[in-house]
Amino acid sequence: MSEKEILTRLKTIVKPYVQRMEGLNDFQENTDFLNDLEINSANLVDVVLDVEDEFNIEIDNDSMEGMLTVGDAKSIIQRKLSN
Amino acid sequence: MQEILAQLPYSSPFLFVDEILNVDSDSIEGKFTFSPDLDFYKGHFKDNPVTPGVILTECMAQIGVVGLGIYLLNQEKKDDLKAKIAMTSSEVEYLKPVYPGETVTVHSEKQYYRFEKLKCRVKMFDSENNLVCRGVIAGMILKDRS
Repeated sequence: MSEKEILTRLKTIVKPYVQRMEGLNDFQENTDFLNDLEINSANLVDVVLDVEDEFNIEIDNDSMEGMLTVGDAKSIIQRKLSN
Repeated sequence: MQEILAQLPYSSPFLFVDEILNVDSDSIEGKFTFSPDLDFYKGHFKDNPVTPGVILTECMAQIGVVGLGIYLLNQEKKDDLKAKIAMTSSEVEYLKPVYPGETVTVHSEKQYYRFEKLKCRVKMFDSENNLVCRGVIAGMILKDRS
């Protein structure tokens, strides 16, 4: 799966949880889920579960804790998909 | 089940659980009777006491999310049962009024418990088994920041 496709799917997943739409308009690798998109930490759990379903992968606690930006999420998804 | 009751982090006047009826890792059921003496009936509403929706939500959360959460934590045998918890979201429909003296039964089913977050689909029934409210409530265990 291309990076672009991963990012496109990720953007669709996060959209319902985003509170700051400017952040969504400028969706890129260094976009921070909490600060730029204002997704609260409880909803970030829902994002992660939606990512698991969308990409058919399992995300462990350590990966979850390291998932602060869109780029972090993309790397984790790529790593899990290649396993 | 008595153990769960004892571990609930509430006390009067903000404990809205009398009894846990059933519990397993996917669901829980409990009861509470709204005593006519509860203080909020004096003001909600003036001369027309009805249980406030926020209190019904609280009752559903205490039984359905916190009660089930305590059971799940006990199963993990985590020692830190002093864990701090917080409600993180609630979306509830209120279908029928609950008057003073009513005994309600709360039934909750786990949607998921992942990354310290427990999300449940919760229903409340009155003593005649009418559905009075239903919704989705979630809570999280907070990391110790001390």
